[in-house]
Amino acid sequence: MSVYIAGIGQTAVSEHWDLSLRDLALDAIVRAVKDAEMDKKRIEALYVGNMLAGELAQQEHLGALIADHAGLLPIEATHIESACASGAEALRMAYLHIRSGEIGCAMVVGVEQMTDVLTPRATVGLAGATDADYEVTHGFSFVAINALLARRYMHEYGVRHEDLALFPVNSHANAVHNPYAMYRNEIDVDRVVKAPKVCDPISTFDSGPICDGSAACVLVNEESMKELGINREHCVEIASSSCATDTLTLSARDAPLVLKAARISADNAYKRAGVEPGDIDLFELHDAFSVMSAMSLEACGFAEKGRGCELAKEGQIRIDGSIPICTMGGLKARGHPVGATGVYQVVECVEQLRGEVGRNQVKDAEIAMAQNFGGSGATVVTHILRRV
Amino acid sequence: MEISRNWRLRYQRYKLEGTKCMDCGNVSFPPRRVCPKCGSENYATKALMPTGEVYSYTLVTSPPEYFESQAPYPVAMVKLDDGPLVSTQLTDVNYDAIRIGMRVEMVTRKLRAYGKNGLIIYGYKFRPEEAKDGN
Repeated sequence: MSVYIAGIGQTAVSEHWDLSLRDLALDAIVRAVKDAEMDKKRIEALYVGNMLAGELAQQEHLGALIADHAGLLPIEATHIESACASGAEALRMAYLHIRSGEIGCAMVVGVEQMTDVLTPRATVGLAGATDADYEVTHGFSFVAINALLARRYMHEYGVRHEDLALFPVNSHANAVHNPYAMYRNEIDVDRVVKAPKVCDPISTFDSGPICDGSAACVLVNEESMKELGINREHCVEIASSSCATDTLTLSARDAPLVLKAARISADNAYKRAGVEPGDIDLFELHDAFSVMSAMSLEACGFAEKGRGCELAKEGQIRIDGSIPICTMGGLKARGHPVGATGVYQVVECVEQLRGEVGRNQVKDAEIAMAQNFGGSGATVVTHILRRV
Repeated sequence: MEISRNWRLRYQRYKLEGTKCMDCGNVSFPPRRVCPKCGSENYATKALMPTGEVYSYTLVTSPPEYFESQAPYPVAMVKLDDGPLVSTQLTDVNYDAIRIGMRVEMVTRKLRAYGKNGLIIYGYKFRPEEAKDGN
Protein backbone atom coordinates (compact mmCIF):
# COMPACT_ATOMS: atom_id res chain seq x y z
CA MET A 1 0.00 0.00 0.00
CA SER A 2 1.44 3.37 -1.02
CA VAL A 3 1.68 6.26 1.42
CA TYR A 4 1.86 9.87 0.25
CA ILE A 5 2.78 13.21 1.74
CA ALA A 6 -0.14 15.41 0.82
CA GLY A 7 0.82 18.59 2.64
CA ILE A 8 3.78 20.20 4.39
CA GLY A 9 4.27 23.08 6.81
CA GLN A 10 7.21 24.60 8.64
CA THR A 11 8.08 27.58 10.81
CA ALA A 12 11.29 29.54 10.41
CA VAL A 13 13.96 28.08 12.67
CA SER A 14 14.93 30.77 15.17
CA GLU A 15 14.96 31.73 18.84
CA HIS A 16 11.17 31.88 19.27
CA TRP A 17 10.93 33.61 22.63
CA ASP A 18 7.39 34.72 21.75
CA LEU A 19 6.10 31.22 21.03
CA SER A 20 5.41 28.26 23.30
CA LEU A 21 5.82 24.63 22.31
CA ARG A 22 2.10 24.27 21.63
CA ASP A 23 2.01 27.43 19.50
CA LEU A 24 5.02 26.34 17.47
CA ALA A 25 3.43 22.95 16.82
CA LEU A 26 0.14 24.55 15.89
CA ASP A 27 1.77 26.90 13.34
CA ALA A 28 3.32 24.00 11.43
CA ILE A 29 0.11 21.93 11.59
CA VAL A 30 -2.06 24.79 10.28
CA ARG A 31 0.34 25.33 7.37
CA ALA A 32 0.42 21.62 6.49
CA VAL A 33 -3.39 21.44 6.46
CA LYS A 34 -3.54 24.52 4.26
CA ASP A 35 -0.91 23.12 1.91
CA ALA A 36 -2.88 19.87 1.54
CA GLU A 37 -6.06 21.89 0.88
CA MET A 38 -8.05 19.57 3.12
CA ASP A 39 -10.47 19.68 6.01
CA LYS A 40 -8.51 19.12 9.21
CA LYS A 41 -11.43 17.18 10.67
CA ARG A 42 -10.43 14.33 8.36
CA ILE A 43 -7.14 13.78 10.23
CA GLU A 44 -7.42 10.48 12.07
CA ALA A 45 -4.24 10.46 14.17
CA LEU A 46 -1.47 12.81 15.33
CA TYR A 47 2.17 11.84 15.87
CA VAL A 48 4.35 14.32 17.75
CA GLY A 49 8.14 14.10 17.52
CA ASN A 50 9.88 15.86 20.39
CA MET A 51 12.99 15.18 22.44
CA LEU A 52 13.31 17.73 25.21
CA ALA A 53 9.96 19.07 26.47
CA GLY A 54 10.04 16.71 29.46
CA GLU A 55 13.57 17.72 30.44
CA LEU A 56 13.49 21.45 29.64
CA ALA A 57 9.84 22.42 30.13
CA GLN A 58 8.65 19.64 32.48
CA GLN A 59 5.95 18.97 29.89
CA GLU A 60 5.16 15.40 28.94
CA HIS A 61 2.01 14.02 27.34
CA LEU A 62 2.47 16.01 24.13
CA GLY A 63 0.11 13.89 22.02
CA ALA A 64 -3.07 14.97 23.79
CA LEU A 65 -1.70 18.46 24.53
CA ILE A 66 -1.08 19.32 20.90
CA ALA A 67 -4.18 17.52 19.62
CA ASP A 68 -6.15 19.73 22.00
CA HIS A 69 -4.52 23.03 21.05
CA ALA A 70 -4.66 22.22 17.33
CA GLY A 71 -8.40 21.58 17.58
CA LEU A 72 -8.01 17.92 16.69
CA LEU A 73 -9.65 16.29 19.74
CA PRO A 74 -10.66 13.49 20.19
CA ILE A 75 -8.38 11.81 17.61
CA GLU A 76 -5.68 9.33 18.54
CA ALA A 77 -2.47 11.18 19.40
CA THR A 78 0.91 10.10 20.69
CA HIS A 79 4.41 11.41 21.40
CA ILE A 80 7.50 9.74 19.94
CA GLU A 81 10.95 10.25 21.47
CA SER A 82 14.16 8.92 19.91
CA ALA A 83 16.53 11.79 20.78
CA CYS A 84 17.34 13.88 17.68
CA ALA A 85 15.64 11.26 15.49
CA SER A 86 12.26 11.87 17.17
CA GLY A 87 10.91 13.76 14.14
CA ALA A 88 11.69 11.11 11.52
CA GLU A 89 10.59 8.36 13.89
CA ALA A 90 7.22 10.11 14.36
CA LEU A 91 6.87 10.21 10.58
CA ARG A 92 7.76 6.52 10.38
CA MET A 93 5.13 5.63 13.00
CA ALA A 94 2.48 7.46 10.96
CA TYR A 95 3.70 5.69 7.81
CA LEU A 96 3.53 2.27 9.49
CA HIS A 97 0.05 2.87 10.88
CA ILE A 98 -1.23 3.94 7.47
CA ARG A 99 0.43 0.91 5.88
CA SER A 100 -1.27 -1.30 8.45
CA GLY A 101 -4.64 -0.17 7.12
CA GLU A 102 -5.78 1.05 10.53
CA ILE A 103 -5.90 4.72 9.47
CA GLY A 104 -6.01 6.60 6.18
CA CYS A 105 -4.84 10.12 7.06
CA ALA A 106 -2.31 11.18 9.70
CA MET A 107 -0.66 14.40 10.85
CA VAL A 108 3.00 14.33 11.87
CA VAL A 109 4.57 17.26 13.68
CA GLY A 110 8.11 17.64 14.93
CA VAL A 111 8.52 20.43 17.46
CA GLU A 112 11.27 21.67 19.77
CA GLN A 113 11.58 24.70 22.05
CA MET A 114 15.18 24.82 23.34
CA THR A 115 15.95 28.50 23.95
CA ASP A 116 13.74 29.02 27.02
CA VAL A 117 16.65 27.71 29.12
CA LEU A 118 20.31 28.67 29.45
CA THR A 119 22.94 26.77 27.48
CA PRO A 120 24.26 24.53 30.33
CA ARG A 121 20.68 23.31 30.92
CA ALA A 122 20.10 22.65 27.22
CA THR A 123 23.49 20.90 27.14
CA VAL A 124 22.35 18.49 29.87
CA GLY A 125 19.13 17.86 27.96
CA LEU A 126 20.93 17.10 24.70
CA ALA A 127 23.36 14.81 26.52
CA GLY A 128 20.30 12.68 27.31
CA ALA A 129 20.90 11.18 23.85
CA THR A 130 23.85 9.28 25.32
CA ASP A 131 24.41 7.21 28.47
CA ALA A 132 23.43 9.19 31.57
CA ASP A 133 25.23 6.88 34.02
CA TYR A 134 28.48 6.39 32.13
CA GLU A 135 29.01 9.60 30.16
CA VAL A 136 26.88 12.47 31.43
CA THR A 137 27.91 11.91 35.07
CA HIS A 138 31.50 12.24 33.86
CA GLY A 139 30.83 15.68 32.39
CA PHE A 140 30.35 14.60 28.77
CA SER A 141 28.30 16.88 26.56
CA PHE A 142 26.93 15.73 23.22
CA VAL A 143 29.37 18.05 21.46
CA ALA A 144 32.24 16.41 23.38
CA ILE A 145 31.21 13.00 22.06
CA ASN A 146 31.26 14.27 18.49
CA ALA A 147 34.58 15.99 19.11
CA LEU A 148 36.07 12.65 20.22
CA LEU A 149 34.79 11.18 16.99
CA ALA A 150 36.09 14.07 14.87
CA ARG A 151 39.57 13.90 16.38
CA ARG A 152 39.86 10.16 15.87
CA TYR A 153 38.49 10.49 12.32
CA MET A 154 41.09 13.15 11.49
CA HIS A 155 43.81 11.04 13.11
CA GLU A 156 43.01 7.78 11.33
CA TYR A 157 42.30 9.16 7.87
CA GLY A 158 44.71 12.09 7.77
CA VAL A 159 41.81 14.53 7.34
CA ARG A 160 42.31 18.21 8.23
CA HIS A 161 39.83 20.54 9.88
CA GLU A 162 39.87 22.51 6.62
CA ASP A 163 38.48 19.44 4.82
CA LEU A 164 35.63 18.92 7.27
CA ALA A 165 34.88 22.66 7.18
CA LEU A 166 33.67 22.31 3.58
CA PHE A 167 30.43 20.81 4.91
CA PRO A 168 29.26 23.81 6.98
CA VAL A 169 30.40 26.09 4.15
CA ASN A 170 28.05 24.19 1.81
CA SER A 171 25.18 24.21 4.31
CA HIS A 172 25.46 27.98 4.84
CA ALA A 173 25.61 28.65 1.10
CA ASN A 174 22.34 26.73 0.64
CA ALA A 175 20.61 28.39 3.59
CA VAL A 176 20.99 31.85 2.04
CA HIS A 177 17.95 31.20 -0.17
CA ASN A 178 15.83 29.35 2.40
CA PRO A 179 13.40 31.75 4.12
CA TYR A 180 12.96 29.21 6.95
CA ALA A 181 16.68 28.92 7.72
CA MET A 182 18.24 30.33 10.88
CA TYR A 183 21.59 31.41 9.39
CA ARG A 184 21.18 32.90 5.93
CA ASN A 185 24.79 34.01 5.51
CA GLU A 186 27.70 32.55 3.61
CA ILE A 187 30.86 31.53 5.47
CA ASP A 188 34.27 30.32 4.31
CA VAL A 189 36.66 27.62 5.49
CA ASP A 190 38.83 30.12 7.34
CA ARG A 191 35.89 31.29 9.41
CA VAL A 192 35.07 27.70 10.44
CA VAL A 193 38.58 26.70 11.51
CA LYS A 194 39.34 29.98 13.31
CA ALA A 195 36.05 30.18 15.22
CA PRO A 196 36.13 29.54 18.98
CA LYS A 197 36.10 25.86 19.91
CA VAL A 198 33.05 24.36 21.61
CA CYS A 199 35.00 21.14 22.13
CA ASP A 200 38.34 20.98 20.34
CA PRO A 201 38.47 20.34 17.33
CA ILE A 202 34.77 21.23 16.89
CA SER A 203 34.28 24.97 16.47
CA THR A 204 31.04 26.92 16.75
CA PHE A 205 30.75 26.67 12.95
CA ASP A 206 31.05 22.85 12.92
CA SER A 207 27.99 22.49 15.09
CA GLY A 208 24.25 22.97 14.62
CA PRO A 209 22.73 25.71 16.80
CA ILE A 210 20.46 25.50 19.85
CA CYS A 211 17.17 26.81 18.46
CA ASP A 212 13.39 26.47 18.20
CA GLY A 213 11.21 25.26 15.36
CA SER A 214 8.45 23.00 14.09
CA ALA A 215 7.61 21.19 10.88
CA ALA A 216 4.62 19.07 9.87
CA CYS A 217 3.44 16.65 7.19
CA VAL A 218 0.03 15.24 6.27
CA LEU A 219 0.23 11.57 5.27
CA VAL A 220 -2.51 9.77 3.32
CA ASN A 221 -3.11 6.48 1.59
CA GLU A 222 -4.54 6.25 -1.94
CA GLU A 223 -8.11 5.93 -0.73
CA SER A 224 -7.97 8.95 1.57
CA MET A 225 -6.27 10.99 -1.13
CA LYS A 226 -9.35 10.45 -3.32
CA GLU A 227 -11.90 10.83 -0.53
CA LEU A 228 -10.38 14.06 0.72
CA GLY A 229 -10.16 15.51 -2.78
CA ILE A 230 -6.40 15.94 -2.54
CA ASN A 231 -4.59 16.86 -5.74
CA ARG A 232 -2.42 13.87 -6.69
CA GLU A 233 0.05 16.07 -8.58
CA HIS A 234 0.77 17.87 -5.33
CA CYS A 235 1.69 14.64 -3.52
CA VAL A 236 5.04 12.95 -3.00
CA GLU A 237 5.24 9.21 -2.38
CA ILE A 238 7.12 7.74 0.58
CA ALA A 239 8.96 5.08 -1.41
CA SER A 240 10.47 3.53 1.72
CA SER A 241 11.03 4.02 5.42
CA SER A 242 13.45 2.23 7.71
CA CYS A 243 14.98 2.43 11.17
CA ALA A 244 18.08 0.78 12.65
CA THR A 245 19.81 1.08 16.01
CA ASP A 246 23.30 0.95 17.49
CA THR A 247 24.83 1.41 20.95
CA LEU A 248 24.17 4.77 22.64
CA THR A 249 27.84 5.28 23.46
CA LEU A 250 30.64 5.29 20.93
CA SER A 251 32.75 3.52 23.53
CA ALA A 252 30.60 0.41 23.22
CA ARG A 253 31.23 0.10 19.47
CA ASP A 254 33.88 -2.10 17.86
CA ALA A 255 34.53 0.51 15.17
CA PRO A 256 33.42 3.95 16.39
CA LEU A 257 34.25 5.51 13.00
CA VAL A 258 31.71 3.38 11.16
CA LEU A 259 28.05 4.38 11.44
CA LYS A 260 26.75 0.84 11.26
CA ALA A 261 23.10 1.70 11.93
CA ALA A 262 23.22 4.38 9.22
CA ARG A 263 24.49 1.80 6.74
CA ILE A 264 21.84 -0.77 7.68
CA SER A 265 19.06 1.81 7.74
CA ALA A 266 20.09 3.16 4.31
CA ASP A 267 20.55 -0.32 2.80
CA ASN A 268 17.06 -1.35 3.94
CA ALA A 269 15.61 1.89 2.58
CA TYR A 270 17.31 1.35 -0.80
CA LYS A 271 16.12 -2.24 -0.95
CA ARG A 272 12.52 -1.44 -0.01
CA ALA A 273 12.36 1.41 -2.55
CA GLY A 274 14.12 -0.63 -5.23
CA VAL A 275 16.82 1.99 -5.77
CA GLU A 276 20.59 2.34 -5.41
CA PRO A 277 22.70 5.20 -4.05
CA GLY A 278 23.29 6.35 -7.65
CA ASP A 279 19.54 6.91 -8.07
CA ILE A 280 19.33 9.45 -5.24
CA ASP A 281 19.05 13.00 -6.63
CA LEU A 282 19.48 14.77 -3.29
CA PHE A 283 20.28 13.69 0.25
CA GLU A 284 19.21 15.55 3.38
CA LEU A 285 21.72 14.08 5.82
CA HIS A 286 22.20 14.68 9.54
CA ASP A 287 24.95 17.34 9.61
CA ALA A 288 24.65 18.09 13.33
CA PHE A 289 28.48 18.19 13.25
CA SER A 290 30.79 18.44 10.24
CA VAL A 291 32.27 14.99 10.83
CA MET A 292 28.78 13.46 10.74
CA SER A 293 28.33 14.63 7.14
CA ALA A 294 31.48 12.83 6.03
CA MET A 295 30.59 9.67 7.94
CA SER A 296 26.99 9.68 6.65
CA LEU A 297 28.13 9.85 3.04
CA GLU A 298 30.42 6.90 3.73
CA ALA A 299 27.78 4.84 5.56
CA CYS A 300 25.17 5.37 2.83
CA GLY A 301 27.39 4.24 -0.02
CA PHE A 302 28.37 7.58 -1.57
CA ALA A 303 32.04 7.47 -0.51
CA GLU A 304 34.64 4.96 0.67
CA LYS A 305 35.58 4.83 4.36
CA GLY A 306 37.50 7.97 5.31
CA ARG A 307 36.85 9.60 1.93
CA GLY A 308 33.64 11.54 2.62
CA CYS A 309 35.42 14.90 2.44
CA GLU A 310 36.58 14.15 -1.13
CA LEU A 311 32.99 14.61 -2.34
CA ALA A 312 32.95 18.04 -0.73
CA LYS A 313 36.34 18.98 -2.21
CA GLU A 314 35.15 17.98 -5.70
CA GLY A 315 31.99 20.05 -5.33
CA GLN A 316 29.79 16.95 -5.62
CA ILE A 317 27.70 17.91 -2.58
CA ARG A 318 26.59 21.24 -4.06
CA ILE A 319 23.16 21.80 -5.61
CA ASP A 320 24.62 21.10 -9.07
CA GLY A 321 26.83 18.20 -7.92
CA SER A 322 26.29 14.44 -8.21
CA ILE A 323 24.91 14.12 -4.66
CA PRO A 324 23.60 17.46 -3.37
CA ILE A 325 23.30 17.46 0.43
CA CYS A 326 21.68 19.83 2.95
CA THR A 327 20.06 21.62 0.04
CA MET A 328 18.13 24.05 2.24
CA GLY A 329 20.89 24.61 4.79
CA GLY A 330 20.90 21.35 6.72
CA LEU A 331 21.08 21.11 10.50
CA LYS A 332 24.02 23.51 10.53
CA ALA A 333 22.42 26.51 8.86
CA ARG A 334 18.67 25.87 8.56
CA GLY A 335 19.04 24.93 12.20
CA HIS A 336 18.60 21.86 14.40
CA PRO A 337 15.54 22.10 16.67
CA VAL A 338 16.29 18.52 17.59
CA GLY A 339 12.92 16.73 17.73
CA ALA A 340 11.68 18.71 14.71
CA THR A 341 14.73 18.19 12.50
CA GLY A 342 13.70 14.87 10.95
CA VAL A 343 10.41 16.40 9.79
CA TYR A 344 12.17 19.51 8.38
CA GLN A 345 14.42 17.22 6.33
CA VAL A 346 11.44 15.44 4.80
CA VAL A 347 9.55 18.70 4.23
CA GLU A 348 12.57 20.00 2.30
CA CYS A 349 12.73 16.82 0.21
CA VAL A 350 9.06 17.32 -0.66
CA GLU A 351 9.71 20.96 -1.67
CA GLN A 352 12.56 19.80 -3.90
CA LEU A 353 10.51 17.03 -5.52
CA ARG A 354 7.63 19.45 -6.14
CA GLY A 355 10.14 21.84 -7.73
CA GLU A 356 9.34 24.75 -5.43
CA VAL A 357 12.67 25.95 -4.07
CA GLY A 358 13.85 28.41 -6.71
CA ARG A 359 17.58 28.98 -6.65
CA ASN A 360 18.21 25.88 -4.53
CA GLN A 361 16.29 23.62 -6.91
CA VAL A 362 18.05 20.35 -7.74
CA LYS A 363 17.35 19.97 -11.46
CA ASP A 364 14.91 17.20 -12.43
CA ALA A 365 14.82 15.83 -8.89
CA GLU A 366 12.85 12.56 -8.86
CA ILE A 367 14.13 10.73 -5.80
CA ALA A 368 15.23 12.25 -2.50
CA MET A 369 16.58 10.67 0.67
CA ALA A 370 16.43 11.99 4.24
CA GLN A 371 18.37 10.44 7.09
CA ASN A 372 17.86 11.51 10.69
CA PHE A 373 20.13 10.45 13.59
CA GLY A 374 19.31 10.05 17.26
CA GLY A 375 22.54 10.38 19.24
CA SER A 376 25.76 9.50 17.42
CA GLY A 377 23.91 7.29 14.96
CA ALA A 378 22.30 5.18 17.73
CA THR A 379 18.87 5.53 16.12
CA VAL A 380 18.92 6.08 12.38
CA VAL A 381 15.72 6.67 10.43
CA THR A 382 15.87 6.84 6.63
CA HIS A 383 13.13 7.88 4.24
CA ILE A 384 13.26 7.74 0.46
CA LEU A 385 10.72 9.95 -1.31
CA ARG A 386 9.65 9.81 -4.92
CA ARG A 387 7.93 12.32 -7.18
CA VAL A 388 4.46 11.08 -8.20
CA MET B 1 19.75 13.30 45.34
CA GLU B 2 19.51 10.02 43.44
CA ILE B 3 21.45 8.24 46.20
CA SER B 4 20.43 4.71 45.23
CA ARG B 5 21.16 5.37 41.58
CA ASN B 6 24.73 6.37 42.33
CA TRP B 7 25.21 3.70 44.98
CA ARG B 8 24.25 1.01 42.45
CA LEU B 9 27.24 1.99 40.34
CA ARG B 10 29.84 1.79 43.15
CA TYR B 11 31.71 -1.22 41.77
CA GLN B 12 31.98 0.34 38.34
CA ARG B 13 32.99 3.76 39.64
CA TYR B 14 35.51 2.54 42.24
CA LYS B 15 37.03 -0.57 40.65
CA LEU B 16 36.06 -0.62 36.99
CA GLU B 17 33.97 -3.74 37.40
CA GLY B 18 32.73 -5.01 34.04
CA THR B 19 31.63 -8.39 32.77
CA LYS B 20 33.17 -11.29 30.90
CA CYS B 21 31.06 -13.48 28.65
CA MET B 22 31.46 -17.10 29.81
CA ASP B 23 30.71 -18.38 26.29
CA CYS B 24 32.78 -16.22 23.92
CA GLY B 25 35.14 -14.50 26.37
CA ASN B 26 34.19 -10.96 25.31
CA VAL B 27 34.92 -8.36 28.02
CA SER B 28 32.46 -5.46 28.48
CA PHE B 29 32.53 -2.20 30.36
CA PRO B 30 30.01 -1.01 31.49
CA PRO B 31 28.71 -4.46 32.53
CA ARG B 32 26.45 -6.31 30.10
CA ARG B 33 24.05 -9.01 31.20
CA VAL B 34 23.60 -9.96 27.56
CA CYS B 35 26.83 -10.30 25.60
CA PRO B 36 26.84 -7.74 22.76
CA LYS B 37 29.02 -10.11 20.69
CA CYS B 38 27.32 -13.51 20.93
CA GLY B 39 24.03 -12.82 22.74
CA SER B 40 24.83 -15.16 25.63
CA GLU B 41 23.30 -14.40 29.04
CA ASN B 42 26.03 -16.38 30.77
CA TYR B 43 28.42 -13.86 32.30
CA ALA B 44 30.72 -13.25 35.25
CA THR B 45 31.71 -9.93 36.79
CA LYS B 46 35.33 -8.91 36.38
CA ALA B 47 37.34 -5.99 37.77
CA LEU B 48 39.28 -4.64 34.81
CA MET B 49 42.95 -3.64 34.71
CA PRO B 50 43.06 0.08 35.54
CA THR B 51 45.38 0.93 32.66
CA GLY B 52 45.08 1.71 28.99
CA GLU B 53 45.76 4.29 26.32
CA VAL B 54 44.02 7.36 24.93
CA TYR B 55 41.88 6.52 21.88
CA SER B 56 40.59 10.07 21.41
CA TYR B 57 40.28 13.22 23.54
CA THR B 58 38.79 16.70 23.60
CA LEU B 59 38.42 19.73 25.87
CA VAL B 60 34.96 20.61 27.18
CA THR B 61 34.70 24.40 27.13
CA SER B 62 30.89 24.62 27.06
CA PRO B 63 30.00 22.32 29.96
CA PRO B 64 26.68 20.81 30.98
CA GLU B 65 24.94 22.11 34.09
CA TYR B 66 26.75 21.21 37.37
CA PHE B 67 30.13 21.04 35.61
CA GLU B 68 30.57 24.80 35.10
CA SER B 69 33.10 25.13 37.94
CA GLN B 70 35.34 22.40 36.46
CA ALA B 71 35.44 23.76 32.87
CA PRO B 72 37.47 23.63 30.79
CA TYR B 73 38.29 19.95 31.41
CA PRO B 74 39.58 17.19 29.12
CA VAL B 75 37.52 14.08 28.41
CA ALA B 76 38.60 11.01 26.51
CA MET B 77 37.81 7.57 25.28
CA VAL B 78 40.41 5.28 26.83
CA LYS B 79 41.15 1.87 25.33
CA LEU B 80 41.61 -0.34 28.40
CA ASP B 81 44.29 -3.01 28.34
CA ASP B 82 41.48 -5.53 28.90
CA GLY B 83 39.82 -4.46 25.63
CA PRO B 84 36.84 -2.18 26.17
CA LEU B 85 36.78 1.56 25.53
CA VAL B 86 35.76 3.68 28.51
CA SER B 87 34.42 7.26 28.46
CA THR B 88 36.22 9.27 31.15
CA GLN B 89 37.71 12.56 32.21
CA LEU B 90 41.50 12.96 32.10
CA THR B 91 43.17 14.58 35.08
CA ASP B 92 46.60 15.69 36.35
CA VAL B 93 47.62 16.58 32.81
CA ASN B 94 48.05 19.65 30.63
CA TYR B 95 45.60 19.56 27.77
CA ASP B 96 48.35 20.38 25.27
CA ALA B 97 50.36 17.36 26.38
CA ILE B 98 47.59 14.83 25.65
CA ARG B 99 48.16 12.61 22.62
CA ILE B 100 46.30 9.72 21.02
CA GLY B 101 48.08 6.58 22.22
CA MET B 102 49.23 8.13 25.51
CA ARG B 103 49.42 5.58 28.36
CA VAL B 104 47.00 6.34 31.22
CA GLU B 105 45.92 4.82 34.53
CA MET B 106 42.78 5.03 36.64
CA VAL B 107 42.54 7.22 39.73
CA THR B 108 39.56 7.90 42.00
CA ARG B 109 38.39 11.51 42.02
CA LYS B 110 35.38 13.69 42.66
CA LEU B 111 33.12 13.58 39.57
CA ARG B 112 30.48 16.09 40.60
CA ALA B 113 28.53 17.46 43.55
CA TYR B 114 24.78 17.88 43.90
CA GLY B 115 24.87 21.50 45.08
CA LYS B 116 26.55 22.94 48.17
CA ASN B 117 24.99 20.60 50.74
CA GLY B 118 24.31 17.61 48.54
CA LEU B 119 25.85 14.31 47.64
CA ILE B 120 29.38 14.25 46.21
CA ILE B 121 29.91 11.64 43.52
CA TYR B 122 33.31 9.94 43.30
CA GLY B 123 34.53 7.72 40.52
CA TYR B 124 37.25 7.00 38.02
CA LYS B 125 39.24 9.48 36.02
CA PHE B 126 42.44 8.67 34.14
CA ARG B 127 45.84 10.34 34.33
CA PRO B 128 49.15 9.84 32.52
CA GLU B 129 50.82 6.70 33.87
CA GLU B 130 53.96 8.49 35.03
CA ALA B 131 52.11 11.30 36.88
CA LYS B 132 52.21 11.40 40.69
CA ASP B 133 49.00 11.69 42.71
CA GLY B 134 48.73 15.42 43.42
CA ASN B 135 45.77 15.45 45.81
